[in-house]
Amino acid sequence: MTTSLVLRRIGYSAFFAVVLAFFAVPMLWLASAPFDSRPGLGLRWPDWTFDNVTATFDHPYALTSLVNSLVLCGLAMIVTTVLAAGAAYALSRVRIPGRDVLLYVLLLLSSVVTGTAAMVPIFVMMYQLGLINSQYGTALVIAGGMLPAAIFILKDFVDAVPRSYEESARVFGASPWQILLHVVLPIARPGIATIVVWAFVQAWGNFLLPFLLLRDITSQPAAVLMRTLYDEGGSANLTVIPVFSLLYSIPVVALYLFVSKRYGFRFHGGIKS
Amino acid sequence: MPSTDSAGLGRGRALAFVAPALVLIGIFLVFPALWSIYIGLTDYTLTGPSSVNPQLVGTGNITGALSDPLFGNSLWLTLLFVFGSAMIGQNVLGFTLAWSLRGARRWLRRLVEGLVLLAWILPSTVVAYLWVAVLDRDGGTLNALLNTPGTAWLVQYPMASLIVFNLWRGTAFSMLLYSSALNVVPPSQLETARMVGAGRFSTLKDVVFPHIRGHVLTNTLLITLWTANDFTPFLLTSGGPDHRSETLPVFIYQQALGSGALGYASAISFLLLLVNLVIALVYLRLLRRRG
Repeated sequence: MTTSLVLRRIGYSAFFAVVLAFFAVPMLWLASAPFDSRPGLGLRWPDWTFDNVTATFDHPYALTSLVNSLVLCGLAMIVTTVLAAGAAYALSRVRIPGRDVLLYVLLLLSSVVTGTAAMVPIFVMMYQLGLINSQYGTALVIAGGMLPAAIFILKDFVDAVPRSYEESARVFGASPWQILLHVVLPIARPGIATIVVWAFVQAWGNFLLPFLLLRDITSQPAAVLMRTLYDEGGSANLTVIPVFSLLYSIPVVALYLFVSKRYGFRFHGGIKS
Repeated sequence: MPSTDSAGLGRGRALAFVAPALVLIGIFLVFPALWSIYIGLTDYTLTGPSSVNPQLVGTGNITGALSDPLFGNSLWLTLLFVFGSAMIGQNVLGFTLAWSLRGARRWLRRLVEGLVLLAWILPSTVVAYLWVAVLDRDGGTLNALLNTPGTAWLVQYPMASLIVFNLWRGTAFSMLLYSSALNVVPPSQLETARMVGAGRFSTLKDVVFPHIRGHVLTNTLLITLWTANDFTPFLLTSGGPDHRSETLPVFIYQQALGSGALGYASAISFLLLLVNLVIALVYLRLLRRRG
């Protein structure tokens, strides 16, 4: 009895030790290599230096690509949030003919037409429209891909806003726009915040679409520059990559911490981060 | 559920609210999906005569794919990848973590969940690079830990590397889903199982599983869908060496932009769309039944 209990204890601890090591070891590199004077691929205790940071800031494309990422993801996020908020609101409140079918099709679309399955037609379309290397074009493509899921998540939040609030606002003579801006949106703020963060993180991590559509290094976001840095001359640029990876990761980690602290980490249907 | 027009929008204005989103979805999702069918029926290429004047080849691309050993190879590798890293890997590890963390101390729970989630939220290009570093032949951490100098994991065992990588990257979702699913299991039933001295396995099989059957199916469908469409293998191995890790998404990319065979790649994209459609329909059916 006691022996089996002890064995179980040991097994339990061993299991978590292995899991922790499995998940932590690859990440340790991200914490140490940026500040190591001779950064390599292996793990070692760094002899601290900030030279890599300076080198990264001096790199001709590193900071530009982070700015590109901000522009690209900011645009995609704004378009997604604004259009999804409008659509979710109307779909939640007004009985449009075929609404349920539309919602069903949207949910279907959001999982069926992935970037991978649609990469050829999207590339051909943008190529023929002459929109290769256009950040605005790429932002719209990314927004288009995120919209169905965003409408779905937001509709859930808007459905939860009590209708009586809007009715009383109407009694006082508010216009539909005023109701949306001053009554519904403030109440649905957690939902909006969720979409803002979700859309930004999705766009920030998106590699395939920018990789296909932004071929010119000056317009590339961080996701694509990572790949370029790694490919440069066949060997990895180990002075710049670690710091750059860290800089590129900080926004998503910060946003995640913000959301989980403020709103708790919640599940929204079957939506991937 | 009847929806009253509490905002006084009216149908016309409601449509105006929905229209911009629908236009964007139409241009960037619906149209490409439909257009992929047409491109897939042609011999369209990136360069050369077929780039200006593509000819219809009918189902030629599909029959070509069926007799293309590279396509068969890629289909097989995708199945291996999905089955190994998602259906089995993420599912089992995700459940095991959710199950064993229930009674764990608070700090341990937070630490494990935090790390697993971090693996999920970090950008894919960074994560891919972290694993390239771990698996590297010369300076890699894995060779140092296992004392296997000179093993080029990504070259010698490309699919095994990708499977472990995707397990690391994607387990968070299953863990989160099962953590919330396990709240559905009545504690009294677990208590009873313990009192009658049921073994761990039979407790899981007879008490826990019947309650979370729907969650297991949902989880499996979703992670299958995501894994089958995952492009990150490209970041680790680009499909190589010698097509040994060329899953379907990578195959499509290599055919389209590597070889310039846009028509052929589009036909295969369309097959992937069909697979996605089947998985998504089963998933939606399941959602509906659960209400």
